[in-house]
Amino acid sequence: MIRTHGLTKRFGRITAVDDVSLEVLEGDVYGFLGANGSGKTTTVRMVLGLVLATSGSVEVLGQAMPAGWRKVLPQVGGMVEGPAAYPHLSGRANLALFDASGPGGGRVSRAGRVDDVLEKVGLGDVDNRPTRAYSLGMRQRLGLANALLRAPRLLVLDEPTNGLDPQGIRDIRKLLLELHAAGTTIFLSSHLLAEIDQMCTRVGVLDRGRLVLQERLDVLHRPTGRVLVHTTDPAGVRALLDGAVEHQDGDRLLVRVPDVAELNGLLVRAGIPVLELTPERHTLEDVVLAASSSKSQEDR
Amino acid sequence: MIRVEIGKMLRSRRTWSTILLIDALPTLVAVLLALTDLGPRPGTGPAFLSAVLTDGTLFPLAALAIVLPLFLPIAVAITAGEAIAGEAQQGTLRYLLIRPVGRTRLLVAKLVSLMCNVLVTILVVAITAYVVGVLLLGQQDVATAGVTSVSGSQLSDQELLMRTGLALAYAMLCMMGVAAIGLFLSTINESPLGAALGTLAVLIASTLLLTLEAAEALQPYLPTRYWLAFVDLFRDPILWRDLQRGVLLQVVYVAVFLGAAWANFMTKDVKD
Repeated sequence: MIRTHGLTKRFGRITAVDDVSLEVLEGDVYGFLGANGSGKTTTVRMVLGLVLATSGSVEVLGQAMPAGWRKVLPQVGGMVEGPAAYPHLSGRANLALFDASGPGGGRVSRAGRVDDVLEKVGLGDVDNRPTRAYSLGMRQRLGLANALLRAPRLLVLDEPTNGLDPQGIRDIRKLLLELHAAGTTIFLSSHLLAEIDQMCTRVGVLDRGRLVLQERLDVLHRPTGRVLVHTTDPAGVRALLDGAVEHQDGDRLLVRVPDVAELNGLLVRAGIPVLELTPERHTLEDVVLAASSSKSQEDR
Repeated sequence: MIRVEIGKMLRSRRTWSTILLIDALPTLVAVLLALTDLGPRPGTGPAFLSAVLTDGTLFPLAALAIVLPLFLPIAVAITAGEAIAGEAQQGTLRYLLIRPVGRTRLLVAKLVSLMCNVLVTILVVAITAYVVGVLLLGQQDVATAGVTSVSGSQLSDQELLMRTGLALAYAMLCMMGVAAIGLFLSTINESPLGAALGTLAVLIASTLLLTLEAAEALQPYLPTRYWLAFVDLFRDPILWRDLQRGVLLQVVYVAVFLGAAWANFMTKDVKD
């Protein structure tokens, strides 16, 4: 759905995006992670044809961008760096205006479309007050509603849950997962690891303009080869598995063993009471930090 | 997109308050003239003002001559400066572009909406001026029907109508020159205010240089040089020389600045 090749953007002497080759496949919920200022938004803008690349290429829905915008953008819904609306108009009027601006929006069905997306984002019962009186969360929902107007095949969302309360975040997450289940590919940029962790199927990590990692989330969450043993008899475990215990924190021990079932049998046969036995998995945070720091070490 | 832009313009409260403000000045002049009966002597003061005391129906032209040199260009400069930079500052520009609205189409829609704005303003000014003129300054009696041209000869109603139409078209073209400069600055400037002030600076500099003898070599090329040449339409016969030069000059300004605005906007990184 999105494929960039060697994408680079320089602003004067600053390289904001450096040789980024993204690949977002159909059906992905792609999490685009990176610290503030790592070049996420610039990349998103290049994907949508707002910012022109210094070098490299972008392909969206099989067409080169920005050259193919006429064909591509009507099938893409986007939210870039926060929502925006005409402050003196109501949310409904804003959506009607944005709907009328682009191709593919018949006038007859406009009111229905607008009501539909407002309902989806939870603004169905919104009154006629101007958007300047909206809370940040309402603006965010309105921005999302705008992105959904054309029932897009691809959603490109930059920090979509910014400014939302926990309930709002949950609503939006649910909506996005529903859209995904209905076949929409979602490209989600965020600096919140937890958000990406809960929703995405694939992850790309940007660090100071460079793509340092791009992988399926379940691969990133692979087991570390260690097992957490929670027991009332840590000394017994130590005696039994001398050498394999890599870390001890009170009565929780991290044991490196190739087979969890075997370890379970071993502990039971030795009569050691086990409260909990869990294979340890890599966390997204560890992986992201490791990827970012190893690359920056290479730089030095 | 053009319809959307015109709708936006017509629904904006600022459009109408600006028109109201612009409209207030000639109305005030009419009231003052009616109260004092003190017109400027023929040949002095704003064009046509000396004539309106005897014939209120001429007041729309006088009103235009009052509004054109200063009020209208200020309004056009501000609105044009706002056109792209204002959308950018508001953040709505990026959402228009990814809707998608083509950049060329957006620029054209902005220009057309600007010109509609000017047209509405001119019409409002002309209509109020006509009403106010007839009510306050009175109509010439039917016996001496026909209007005296600036040159002293008589003009038939039909001729007057045609010449007024030409004058309005000429004024529109002059304002389009301002709009083109404003649009260009609006594409290179981050802030709408900066773009508007830049446009005004160009107009003020031009007006100033026109009064400076040392700048004589430059004067035929200054954007405001032939603005008031529409008065020549009411001479008998019509004095075409300045009008022709004015049209040519404005067309060049419009072409150059719109071209520059387009070239710049097409390759611009939209970062706001």
